[in-house]
Amino acid sequence: MKTIYLDNNATTAVAPEVRDAIVPYLSDLYGNPSSMHTFGGQVGDAVEAARENLANLLGASPDEILFTSCGSESDNAAIWSAVQTQPEKRHLITTRVEHPAVLNVIQHWERHGYRVTYLGVDNKGRLDMDEYAQALSEDTALVSIMFANNEVGNIYPIQRMSEMAHEKGILFHTDAVQTVGKTPIDLSHLPVDMLSLSGHKLHAPKGIGALYIRKGVRFRPFLRGGHQERGRRAGTENVPYIIGMGVAAQLALDHMQEERVQVALLRDKLEAGILERIPDSMVNGDIENRLPNTSNISFKNVEGEAILLMLDRLGICASSGSACTSGSLEPSHVLRAMGVPFNYAHGSVRLSLSRYTTDEDVDFVIEHFPQVIETLRAISPFKD
Amino acid sequence: MWNYTEAVHDHFLRPHNVGPLEGANAIGEVGSLACGDALKLYLKISEQGIIEDATFETFGCASAIASSSVLTDMIKGMHVEDALKISNKDIANSLGGLPKQKMHCSVMGQEALEAAIRQWKGEPPVPHAHEEGKLVCKCFGVTDAQIIRAIRENGLKTVEEVTNYTKAGGACGECLDEIGEILAAELKQTSFVELKPKQRLTNVQRMQLVLKTIEEEIRPLLAADGGDIELVDVDGLRVVVSLRGRCAQCRSSDVTIRDLVQRLLREHVEPDIVVEEA
Repeated sequence: MKTIYLDNNATTAVAPEVRDAIVPYLSDLYGNPSSMHTFGGQVGDAVEAARENLANLLGASPDEILFTSCGSESDNAAIWSAVQTQPEKRHLITTRVEHPAVLNVIQHWERHGYRVTYLGVDNKGRLDMDEYAQALSEDTALVSIMFANNEVGNIYPIQRMSEMAHEKGILFHTDAVQTVGKTPIDLSHLPVDMLSLSGHKLHAPKGIGALYIRKGVRFRPFLRGGHQERGRRAGTENVPYIIGMGVAAQLALDHMQEERVQVALLRDKLEAGILERIPDSMVNGDIENRLPNTSNISFKNVEGEAILLMLDRLGICASSGSACTSGSLEPSHVLRAMGVPFNYAHGSVRLSLSRYTTDEDVDFVIEHFPQVIETLRAISPFKD
Repeated sequence: MWNYTEAVHDHFLRPHNVGPLEGANAIGEVGSLACGDALKLYLKISEQGIIEDATFETFGCASAIASSSVLTDMIKGMHVEDALKISNKDIANSLGGLPKQKMHCSVMGQEALEAAIRQWKGEPPVPHAHEEGKLVCKCFGVTDAQIIRAIRENGLKTVEEVTNYTKAGGACGECLDEIGEILAAELKQTSFVELKPKQRLTNVQRMQLVLKTIEEEIRPLLAADGGDIELVDVDGLRVVVSLRGRCAQCRSSDVTIRDLVQRLLREHVEPDIVVEEA
C-alpha cells in the first residue's frame, strides 16, 4: 500500500540532497568544529557555510544565526533571554493560538508573577490589531507571536506588529517554525528581533533548529557551558544536522517560489474536491491569508481520531485537532479560540502538503475521503 | 497513535449491530456533541427480560465505537438483570483492554446500558442528571455520584485516573481539587497526603521530629543489639548522627545508617532527609 503523506506540518521527509550531504559527516568528517587542527577546521568551515545558507534564506547575516536543537529550544531561549535581560519589565504579550512551545513558556512566567496578555482571534483565526495596540505598554518585555499558525495555516501580520512593538521599544519574537521554507521571509526588511525555526519542517532531519537574533539585541544564553556559537549556546554542535539544514535552506531558497505555487494549487484542488464531495464540511482559518500547504477541514458530527484511523487504513497520513487524538479531552485550543462549533471542532482534520505531494496523491484522497466520512456518519447518532 | 488491540481495530473498522433498531423498546443515551462522544443504545427486550437484540449509534473515537460494538455483542441473549452486572471493565476486557486515557469510552457503554434498562423498567433515568448528584465537572457534566461509582468499581487511586474514566477535570481543570476531595474521602483519607505536596517543616519542627523518631523508633531497635545512637546536628535536610555501643564498632554501620536510621527518618520526618555519620 502506498503511503500518502499529508502531515507535513508535523514533520517533512528528509530531502535526498540533504541526506546525501549529511552522510560524510557521519563517517569520515567527524572532527569537532571547535578544534584547532585542520581536520576539525574543515568541519567548522562547513558549519559556517550552512549558517550562511540559512542566513541567506532569511535575509539575515550569518552571525545573527544561532543553531539550536529544535524550534522549541529556540522559542524557550528567545523568551528566556527577553525576560532575563529586562528584569524591570513584567508584562508579556502572546496569542491564544500559539504552539505549546511558546504558550507553555509564557504560562511558566505568568506563574512567576508576569502579567500576560493573550490576544484572542476571530472565527477565522485572525488577530484584532486594535486589541494588540492597546496591549503594548512600557512594561512589556516581549511580544511573541507566531508567523503562521501550525493548525490552520493563518499568516499573521508580523511586519506591522513588529513595527508597532518597536515604536514602543518592545522586543518582538516570532515563532516561524511553520513559515520558514514555505513563504519568503526577508529579515533585512522585517524588524523582528528574534525568530525561531526548525529543520525538520523544511526537509532537514528532526533535532536541529535555529534562532535568529538581530544584531544589537541583548541576549542571555539559555544553555551555558563552552564557547560554542559565540558563547550564546553551549554544547558541541550537531554538525551533520546543521549541514543538512544548510542544504535544506539552499533548496528552499532555490525552489520556494515555484514550489509554493505548485503546492498551493494542489492544496486548493484537494480542498475543493473534499468540500464538493462531502456535505457539511468547512475549512477553518483565513483562506485568503494562509500558508500555501495547509488545509484544516472540519466535518460535522464525526470525530477526528476515527477519521484519521480510517484514513490510515488507506495509507493516508493526516492529523487532527480532535480531543481524542492527543489524549486531552478537549479539541484543539486553536479551534476553540476561533469559536469553531463543537459539532465541527471534534471532526477537524489537518492536511498539509509538501514539494513531494503529487497530483495522484491528491486524486486518491479526493476519491476515498468521502467514503470515510460517510461510514462514520452512518454510525453517528447525530446524522439527522 | 494509540496502541489499540486488534479487537479494538476490528470492532472499529467492522462494527457489529450498527444503526437504529426497529421494534426497540429500550433506548439509552449518554454523552453529547460538546463532550466529544455520545452513544445511543437500542435494545429489544422480551417480556421475560431477555435482551433479544441490541444495536447502537456512536459519535466518537475508535475506542467509543469499538466499546459500543462489543457491548451489543455481549448483551444479546442476556437477561436484563445479568446485563446490569456488566461493568465498564468487562467491556474493556472484551476488547483486550483500552488505553487508560480511553477508559471513559467503556464507562459510556456501561452507562448507556443501564439507562436503557432503567427506561425499560419504567425507572427514572440514572443519576447522570444534575439533580440526582452534585455537578462536579461543568465542562463534561459529571456528577459526584458518577465519580464515586468510577472510583469504587475500578479501584481508582489518583485524580488522573478519575479523569481517564469519567472525563471529569479533563478540560478547564477547575474541578480537580474537588475531585481530589471526593477521591480522598473515598480512600478514607483525612488529608491530601497523596494529592498535594507535604508542607515543608520548619527547622524547629524538623529537629523535634527527628529527636522524637530517634527516641521512640530508632533507639529501641539499636538497643536490642546492644547499640545506641546520638544526634549530633540537624542542618536543613542533613542529619548527622553518631552510633554508640556495639553499633559504633560494627562493620555494617553504613548499612545501619542507610537502611535503618535514614529509612525511618524519611518515613517519619521528611522523605528527602539524608543521614550522615559524624
